[in-house]
Amino acid sequence: MTVKIAIGLDGTDTGQHALTFAKNLATMIDGCELLVIYVIEWSPFTFNTPEENEQRHKRREEEITLATSRIVEPAVTGLQDAGFKASGLVRHGDVAETLNRLAVENGASQIIVGRSSADGFTRRIFGSSTQNLVMAADVPVTVVG
Amino acid sequence: MHSYKFWLASAVAALTSSPLAAQEAMGIDAKVNEVFANITGPFVSLIFAPIPGTAFPWIVMWLVIAATIFTFYFGFVQLRFFKHAIQLVKGDYTDPNDAGEVSHFQALATALSGTVGLGNIAGVAVAVGIGGPGATFWMILAGLLGMASKFTECTLGVKYRNEYPDGTVSGGPMYYISKGFSELGLPGGKILAILFSVFCILGALGGGNMFQANQAHVQISGIVGDYPGWITGIIFAGVVFAVIVGGIKSIANVTEKVVPLMGILYVGAALVILIVNYDMIGWAFGQIFAGAFTGLGVAGGMVGALIQGFKRAAFSNEAGVGSAAIAHSAVKTSEPITEGFVSLLEPLIDTVVICTMTALVIVISQQLIIDPATGNYVLNEAGSAIATVDGNSGVALTSAAFASGISWFPYVLAIAVVLFAFSTMISWSYYGLKAWTYLFGEGKTTELVFKIIFCIFIVIGAAASLGPVIDFSDAAIFAMAVVNIFCLYFLMKLVRAELASYASRLQSGEIKKYGH
Repeated sequence: MTVKIAIGLDGTDTGQHALTFAKNLATMIDGCELLVIYVIEWSPFTFNTPEENEQRHKRREEEITLATSRIVEPAVTGLQDAGFKASGLVRHGDVAETLNRLAVENGASQIIVGRSSADGFTRRIFGSSTQNLVMAADVPVTVVG
Repeated sequence: MHSYKFWLASAVAALTSSPLAAQEAMGIDAKVNEVFANITGPFVSLIFAPIPGTAFPWIVMWLVIAATIFTFYFGFVQLRFFKHAIQLVKGDYTDPNDAGEVSHFQALATALSGTVGLGNIAGVAVAVGIGGPGATFWMILAGLLGMASKFTECTLGVKYRNEYPDGTVSGGPMYYISKGFSELGLPGGKILAILFSVFCILGALGGGNMFQANQAHVQISGIVGDYPGWITGIIFAGVVFAVIVGGIKSIANVTEKVVPLMGILYVGAALVILIVNYDMIGWAFGQIFAGAFTGLGVAGGMVGALIQGFKRAAFSNEAGVGSAAIAHSAVKTSEPITEGFVSLLEPLIDTVVICTMTALVIVISQQLIIDPATGNYVLNEAGSAIATVDGNSGVALTSAAFASGISWFPYVLAIAVVLFAFSTMISWSYYGLKAWTYLFGEGKTTELVFKIIFCIFIVIGAAASLGPVIDFSDAAIFAMAVVNIFCLYFLMKLVRAELASYASRLQSGEIKKYGH
């Protein structure tokens, strides 16, 4: 049976630590597949101007292209070059909720993420995406410092 | 930029400190008012012409009959799909993989921020001030029926919008009229679309601009003291110019975030006043029902109440006007009708909930003078409206009504009015621009011309007095409805086909529920 591990990246150094950790883990599991996920934080319940709405589809495509080319593709290519079977996904949504959903949908047995990159005030009020993921995930989560 | 601010501040200071200069400035206001009233008079008379042999304006009948026909034609869609509309707004039927596109909630909120505003605060006061509490009953009825009009136009708005190669979209009645007519093989679609666009530009300059600037000035001058309206106009025009021409998004972004909070605060304050006066709510509804069928002494009696109620409801929720179809077109959905379902919530929130609250507060605060002997309302000297405690009308009447319950609320209301006015102007500048580019083509120069005209009208609106402004604003908005509704009668069968298909797929489970 193939073991699949989902890795949540956020474009920061801690995300890179998660990637390295996942790579090391995968070397110990035969036929391990790696799924690199980048979630663009987005809420459907915000208030926009008509002009923002008009531009929204275009912006979404740009955001996905940017995240794919700058974050996900380099990570996936690096993993493939190192001999791993790897693929990538970029989606919009609530980071914790979306990571969990994609991991479950793609049959990942665990999620590896970096330690929170949210700072001070935001984290105190809303909690970080990592905290939220750990609290609500349907599969085991490993948080890498 | 700093020198501009300094110049503006100096000019305001000089004008307000010198009595002679202030008098001259008032003279400018009077001149603007006179010229404006003369130019717009014939247009206003045509739109509000009474049905021969009655005092009933044909345009009001036009809107009500349309809303009633749509309600029956779509089998009371506003009741049957009300729950589904809520589920759509919650995102229950949205594929999570489509996240990042404009959501149903966002489209609804954007359209609402264009409609919730002065119509709910000042417009209701005008309706109740002239038509008495009974106007509220007709306003609620118009709101409930108007849900079906909104449903029809917004479904078509999404179905026939233009999608450009760069991913942006443009939609609205001008697009569904021309494309829909050509699809049905009907002649004249292009001409009607052009006519709608012309009226949409006038509506954007009237109700979406001048009325807002005018009432914002009334509210500000009520607090800081009387000063020439054109000064408010220039300041507003400067800020709007900075946003729509200068592209200073931060101002628009802040407004878009603060306006919903203001809306919640407004409804919250109304609720507090109603809860404190809970023993009078029954009496207030009694006045609303009695007034609806007898008029309770208002000018024009029951018909007067009805006309005011329907007029102000249409002006407030814009059902049948076509503006919401422009706002809703931005949603990326494979099912245009879902946007129709979502949009039918707008008249409910705008008119049935918020307008009714304003009306209840005005009635309960007893700002309208009642003759204790007859129980009827007392008319003012001119006999045109109900006499009020301090002679207030429009937004000042609402402000006085709220002040009777919460003394400091006029200050909050003043901020709310300014922000509502501003957000409505931003929305309508967009609607007007879409009509403008439909007529003259997309392009930076043509867009700039419209935006400058829009800003000039802000100054005129703030300087003119309420009467001519409100007449022109109503006439311009209703003129849009003349063309839009005429075309909706031809296009409604397209919506019915969509509705039948969607309803059967929803029932069979083909339309998948994702959420919660």
